[in-house]
Amino acid sequence: MHSFLSRLNTLFAFTISVLAVLTIGVFISTYFEKYHETVSIGVNKPIVKHMTDYSANRKKNDLGVLQLNLDMNLNQLFDWNVKVLFLYLIAEYVTPTNSLNQVVLWDKIIRRGENARIYLHDIATKYYFWDDGENLRSNNVTLSLAWNIIPNAGRLLHVPANGSTSFIFSDQYTTSRAASPKSSS
Amino acid sequence: MELFSFVDDIRRMDKRQIIYQILNFGMIISTALMIWKGLIVITASESPIVVVLSGSMEPAFHRGDLLVLTNHREEPIRAGDICVFRIEGREIPIVHRIIKVHEKDDDYVKFLTKGDNNNVDDRGLYAPGQLWLEKKDVIGRARGFVPYIGMVTIIMNDYPQLKYFVLATLGFFVLVHREN
Repeated sequence: MHSFLSRLNTLFAFTISVLAVLTIGVFISTYFEKYHETVSIGVNKPIVKHMTDYSANRKKNDLGVLQLNLDMNLNQLFDWNVKVLFLYLIAEYVTPTNSLNQVVLWDKIIRRGENARIYLHDIATKYYFWDDGENLRSNNVTLSLAWNIIPNAGRLLHVPANGSTSFIFSDQYTTSRAASPKSSS
Repeated sequence: MELFSFVDDIRRMDKRQIIYQILNFGMIISTALMIWKGLIVITASESPIVVVLSGSMEPAFHRGDLLVLTNHREEPIRAGDICVFRIEGREIPIVHRIIKVHEKDDDYVKFLTKGDNNNVDDRGLYAPGQLWLEKKDVIGRARGFVPYIGMVTIIMNDYPQLKYFVLATLGFFVLVHREN
């Protein structure tokens, strides 16, 4: 333990060992954590339009338009092994052509230290609600929120929130220039 | 000089010790290979450990982070999952999030992805004319995360001389090291 190289080698090996033990400790200490929380989701004015989807197959598909109310406080979820929370709101529904459809309508990134209380009222969806076809009219759609826990080290968990909501689209297309996504910035 | 005492050691090694060293070397290589192949079987993914190469998933994943993937047939493709996929004809895997899923009765699934840090979905990245991804494009879904470790792989790829130097040095020390 006297030459510079052997000292350097020992120091390096010790550093790596300590980092490895700390990382494993962080992983194990939060392994059984469930990260559940309750949220409140509301829907206003759901309508269906029939338009050409230029971002996809350039055919006429159904476009769902609605406004969201989101109310939640997720500050409890941030323990020492949560680096980022990725929230996403999924619209899930069934059509005659597809047995399961899921479209993400809204998402948000909350970093550690940022305020995790969300109160949004009457906001437009962040993403367009295109159907893969023309089957949104009279369709019963379930909106559910979930979060992806990004840890400092460990499992990537997807946790569904308590508190989903359902609504039914009208049975007629709306052709008027009603509120469309991103009309208000 | 102390540094060159090993040269005398090599000259003193007889045939048995040389064979022992070579077998020792072979054991290390085959153990590493077994661990890797075992991981492939357990996770059902062809590449169960990937390094994040771009910043398109920040602030969740940064360049150099390591992801552990699984790709079991029973795991359904669902929106919100972080999936690592390869586009046909390209060899670099991409780590993005699934934002749209359309699944039929016969288990045929088509889905769309988008990087968290990107403003638009990945249709611009897909092959010309391709609008959706399918199960066959998926290498796996990200289940575990270790930060920073993958930087070693990135540095070794960017500076291949470093990779050869490290491999040569390691091989040299394994061959020459003698149990005293």
